Amino acid sequence: MAQAAAVAKPPAPPRRRRASATPRRLPYLLIAPAALLMLGFIAYPVISVFYYSLQNYNPTKPWRNGYAGFDNFTKIFTDDPAFWDTLTFSAKWVFVEVGLQLLFGLALALIVNQTFVGRALGRAMVFSPWAVSGVLTSAIWVLLYNSQTGITRYLADLGIGSYGTSWLSDTSTVFPAAIVADLWRGVPFFAILILADLQSVSKDLYEAAEVDGASRLKQFWHITLPHLKDAIVLSTLLRAVWEFNNVDLLYTLTGGGPAGETTTLPLYIANTSVDAHNFGYASALTTVAFVILLFCSMVYLRLSKFGGEDK
Amino acid sequence: MSEARTSPPSPRPKAGQRAWDDVPRWQIYLPLSIYLLFTLIPFYWILLFALRPTGSTSLVPWPMTFAHFEKVWTEREFGTYFQNSVLVGVATLVMTTLVALAGGYALARFDFRIKRAFMLGLLCSQFVPGALLLVPLFEIFAKIQMINSLGSVIIAETVFQLPLSIILISNFIKNVPPSLEEAAWVDGCNRLTAFRIVVLPLLRPGLIAVGSFAFVHSWNHFLFALMFLNNPEKQTIPVGLNTLMGADSVDLGALAAGGIIAAVPVVLVFAFIQKWLITGFSAGAVKG
Repeated sequence: MAQAAAVAKPPAPPRRRRASATPRRLPYLLIAPAALLMLGFIAYPVISVFYYSLQNYNPTKPWRNGYAGFDNFTKIFTDDPAFWDTLTFSAKWVFVEVGLQLLFGLALALIVNQTFVGRALGRAMVFSPWAVSGVLTSAIWVLLYNSQTGITRYLADLGIGSYGTSWLSDTSTVFPAAIVADLWRGVPFFAILILADLQSVSKDLYEAAEVDGASRLKQFWHITLPHLKDAIVLSTLLRAVWEFNNVDLLYTLTGGGPAGETTTLPLYIANTSVDAHNFGYASALTTVAFVILLFCSMVYLRLSKFGGEDK
Repeated sequence: MSEARTSPPSPRPKAGQRAWDDVPRWQIYLPLSIYLLFTLIPFYWILLFALRPTGSTSLVPWPMTFAHFEKVWTEREFGTYFQNSVLVGVATLVMTTLVALAGGYALARFDFRIKRAFMLGLLCSQFVPGALLLVPLFEIFAKIQMINSLGSVIIAETVFQLPLSIILISNFIKNVPPSLEEAAWVDGCNRLTAFRIVVLPLLRPGLIAVGSFAFVHSWNHFLFALMFLNNPEKQTIPVGLNTLMGADSVDLGALAAGGIIAAVPVVLVFAFIQKWLITGFSAGAVKG
């Protein structure tokens, strides 16, 4: 790309800014490290995933390796109930988790945006789980949910739940238990992003609304929410993608169990490739997951009219 | 660096919030207290388990013991894990910040032919799940002989931090008026000096946000280290924690102590950056 830049070197017409010596190559040099890293460690792996998805590729069974055509894909859609189960669970997981995170995050941001005594400390404390994630969150909640010594025991005293069962090993409680654990670290993320955007709402708008006698609810509905829209759309999308892709928490918290009850599609893929060494099939699953993710994101951005009319 | 701020509107004039400030106090303190309980009980719980002797069911960590910490630090190799994690975290921070700074500057200040393609690549890469690229990444690192070297994890973490970091930093740089730089050029600075003297100080909140993000993410992230490092001496803290979690015979005291060792650096980083984080995001994150 640097060559392309060198060829098209114009006789430097007087330009408005950048009058100082600016070699045409500079921007290319500046993005080169990022571009090379991403080409090598994202683009190339993505392409090889597509390639492997058409192969039988299993290092433990090399005699069966070779071109497989669309066999892997046919199997996914016609002969793999686990795929549909994990996909359904992924959808449920992302939908509930991100929905609740957004709701609580918005509420929390509105609260800590107020001026009150102890605000700085309050903010620091409610945001702190953001820094803690994945495995550490799991470790903490494994302690809390422990059937013998966890907080579940004390909750049983209050009539919530029953003694001696771990919420993580019971199929009826594992989903809400995992949701709560993930909410603990996810809500602060939303709250931080939304709070950041809240601070840029012009205060004049509220004062004008106040003069016009608009209630607080109306102010929220007509001023705050529209202003936050882009931030909400963007953070929801990012979070949904991350929640879908993230394997750390469920892998360590439940291991996908009990009985596959909490296996997301990426977790299933990780198991297929790492434990079963079925790289070809895992790659096909990856391709499908990638397409689903991309498609959902497009639909979401379209539906939410991201950026409004000006873009 | 009080002369200029990266965010155009001055941060919260005292009287400005009036419309929202007449909220009854209980509507602030009640929900906040409930949420604080939810936030803090897990922290307390892990502290409790880490500090009280095995077998104790007391709800206060008294008598206090540091036996769990000693055990985890020496017998369970957390000393080594800790070193490795620090190395990975700091290296990821430095690489991400430098590479993103260069890329972000290019995006903010230049028009060039592949700019749109580059930005599209950044966006698309957000949809590429790191976990799903484990196999090809493993093969690449095997090919360049970096399996079992912390370098593989550092590279992988950096690469997956880059897209967002570049976008953030370029938004920050866009908020710095180009005229400031131009003034420095007129005064005889070259581009690099002008950037260092004029722009860089104004980017501090943004760089802190981006750098801390990179550090915290790589500190917490688990899967790359799990896959690319087989040698226990090269492992990082999250992997160590995971082995502690094991199956049924969990040593809860050790797990809690390990968890605290894992939490301390990120919580410290977080406490330090907290006030920059909000300004950082409001200037860089959400405005395209």
